[in-house]
Amino acid sequence: MSTLTIDHQTIHVPEGTTVLHAIRQAGVHLPTLCYWEGLPPYGACRLCLVEMTAPTQQTIAACAYPAADGMVIETQGAHAVAVRKMMLEFMLARCPDSDVVRALAAEAGVTETRFAMDRRSDELCILCGSCVRVCRDLVGAAAISFIGRGAEREVGAPFHLQSEACIGCGACAAVCPTGAVKIEDVDGQRVLRTWNTTVPLKPCKVCGKPFAPEPMAFLRGLVEASENLWGVCPTCRRKQAAAQVDVVCEASLYQAHTR
Amino acid sequence: MKITAVADLETWRAAGLASLYPDHIKITVGMATCGLAAGADAIHETLKQRIRQRGLDAILATTGCIGYCQQEPLVDVRLPGSGRIIYTQMTRPRARALVDDLARGGPPSVPSVPQGGWAMIDQEELLVDGQVTRFARPPDLPAYAERPFFARQRKIVLRNSGFIDPTNFEEYVARGGYRALARAFELTSQQVIDEVTRSGLRGRGGGGFPAGRKWQVARDASGKIKYIICNGDEGDPGAYMDRTVLESDPHSVIEGMLIGAYAISAREGYVYVRDEYPLAVERLANAMAQAEEYGLLGENILGSGFGFSLKIVRGAGAFVCGEETAMIASIEGGLGEPRPKPPYPAVAGLWGQPTIINNVKTWATVPVILARGADWYAALGAPGNAGTVVFSLVGQIANTGLVEVPLGMKLREMLEDIGGGGAGGKAIKAVQTGGPSGGCLPARLFDMPIEYESMKAAGSIMGSGGMVVLDESACMVDVARYFLDFTTLESCGKCTACREGTKHLLAVLTRITHGQGTPDDLTLLEEIGEAVRVGSLCGLGQTAPNPVLSTLRYFRDEYEAHVIEHRCPVGKCSMKAEV
Repeated sequence: MSTLTIDHQTIHVPEGTTVLHAIRQAGVHLPTLCYWEGLPPYGACRLCLVEMTAPTQQTIAACAYPAADGMVIETQGAHAVAVRKMMLEFMLARCPDSDVVRALAAEAGVTETRFAMDRRSDELCILCGSCVRVCRDLVGAAAISFIGRGAEREVGAPFHLQSEACIGCGACAAVCPTGAVKIEDVDGQRVLRTWNTTVPLKPCKVCGKPFAPEPMAFLRGLVEASENLWGVCPTCRRKQAAAQVDVVCEASLYQAHTR
Repeated sequence: MKITAVADLETWRAAGLASLYPDHIKITVGMATCGLAAGADAIHETLKQRIRQRGLDAILATTGCIGYCQQEPLVDVRLPGSGRIIYTQMTRPRARALVDDLARGGPPSVPSVPQGGWAMIDQEELLVDGQVTRFARPPDLPAYAERPFFARQRKIVLRNSGFIDPTNFEEYVARGGYRALARAFELTSQQVIDEVTRSGLRGRGGGGFPAGRKWQVARDASGKIKYIICNGDEGDPGAYMDRTVLESDPHSVIEGMLIGAYAISAREGYVYVRDEYPLAVERLANAMAQAEEYGLLGENILGSGFGFSLKIVRGAGAFVCGEETAMIASIEGGLGEPRPKPPYPAVAGLWGQPTIINNVKTWATVPVILARGADWYAALGAPGNAGTVVFSLVGQIANTGLVEVPLGMKLREMLEDIGGGGAGGKAIKAVQTGGPSGGCLPARLFDMPIEYESMKAAGSIMGSGGMVVLDESACMVDVARYFLDFTTLESCGKCTACREGTKHLLAVLTRITHGQGTPDDLTLLEEIGEAVRVGSLCGLGQTAPNPVLSTLRYFRDEYEAHVIEHRCPVGKCSMKAEV
């Protein structure tokens, strides 16, 4: 265990955890946009910058900094707060239409930006990379990636064309903090608008409604229980489960009654 | 033939000495990139033809860069048993005249040598063992060591540059090459690190982290597999130190890396060179092939039992790949983007293994430290700033070129004594060090010593060695805008601070140079600059505001003229909005 001081609170965290873990454990509110517990730290959004006053004086990104014994962290240090506000002002200039960014900025006291808005006005992506990382590091599909660098940086499938690698799982949209990744199911297809990619959906064996991305069929062999579930949509599965529960309940009621 | 023992080096040394000091006339052309850019190729061809036409019994050879880049093409003549005469700014007619003179058996006087256009190297120091050879010099021939450009230099990193044929293994050995490696093998790996630590050598890539301490961390780190990397991804505008070392003396880098590898027990190393340096890649590859052929790379080197292999990775030209974690990602085949530190590469680097990354010049220095000892090296330079530093002195200065000076020398001494002052006699207004990561230091600070801490305190950095001299015709706002334009293009875009911050800094600077700035813009620049400096993920972003912040600090009056009076004091900026 390591013992740290977070905003004057003493916190114990296991070895191998980060300063952000300790901050969250201390119950200190420090919103982040690129941090996900299931993914390795990335350190891109810079909203978790805090001041470390011991063992050295430094402004650090809490999400990626290993927690260590004797550290003293001040999340509300003037320097760090000023930098976090500037990051939010940058984000506000980039994504003025994002409710998430606007809310975070307002919470930090930033309601307008002094910077030119030179991107598409409906930009929602803050380039946190969560979609790219979940697709590559957890799903293993690596269907999308960063394209270009610096101010030109964006995320997309190769050449912004239909991705051959996308399995349509939707993890990218699930982790997107600002709702920039747009996915919808229409006419028997999953349309991943942001990636210019369409994936066919397999219809439910029971109700006939298209629901399962066909490229995800490989899961059948990987998870034993999925064999029985495969082909039946969640709604029908729930109905089936409910029916089974019903049968079991009736049977036990009958037993109780006859005893 | 493999060199299996230290004694074998003697054979190669004898062959190298015969090649360096032949009993024939030897004519040498400087053919690093600076020479080639000035037409050294054509001079070499002219000399070759004329030698054949005149039937002159002479050896025509090539060498790397001796540093006097402004005076290229350089041609040297060495008569048997005498010192080497350097001819500057060689032209084809003069090259022919030179051969004609020599063919007539006369002294190589070349009537057409312009004033100050020649000098004799009348003493040569073999740095590795300290042996000095002196040659008689005719009184009418100026001495190389007395020319202002060379007089105050101390060549350690550049010890062989311009002195040997970089493709000739024997010549490197003749000047003491690979004997430092042999010395290292007599020591334990810990003793080698102690020697480097005691020498006070600091990373010459610009950060100045003590090399020995970095090696110690990597040596102490757990893990059987360790790597070493040479950072040759030099990319600052106006900087070409690393390129020159790789082009002029590639074996010095290989030998340094071998010593480092032995010190931390690494068996594999990588040299990361940008692909824009084709000649550096070619000469390094050639040197590596030689080292493999002679058994200096591979298994059981010099009979020590130690084995090491080296690979070249060619960078695709992203400036950020000079940052060590981005370089590691690039070598691993990923996007060249940095990751947060810690863990530092010395603990978890390439493929997650302990890795030391040092700059080309740091590696090239290591053999000299092992050969001459830590105390000898530590005595050079200033306390806490041991040794020498290589600068590419460029811009509006009389003598441009590659210079190597002891740390602690005053900026003024370098600019005036070596550089000869501003070009065309104009006053120097500022120097920009460290490229886009550095800052502008004004003339009133020129008595500052060239040391890591003093330069950082003044708002710049030592950097890898780019030194761009600016005279009165430079607009400092425009200079800042130029560097921000560079960093905006080179930011990888991973973190918010650098990606968005450099973009907005550039936008504000651009509107100031277009006459659209307001006094509030100056505080805005400082505010953004501070956030980018503190908030960025890697060194690129953390130092990107330096050109803006340092010019605001020292040349605020120029900014004020732009935003209050809407005029550019030197008339450089258009002061008109671009249509």
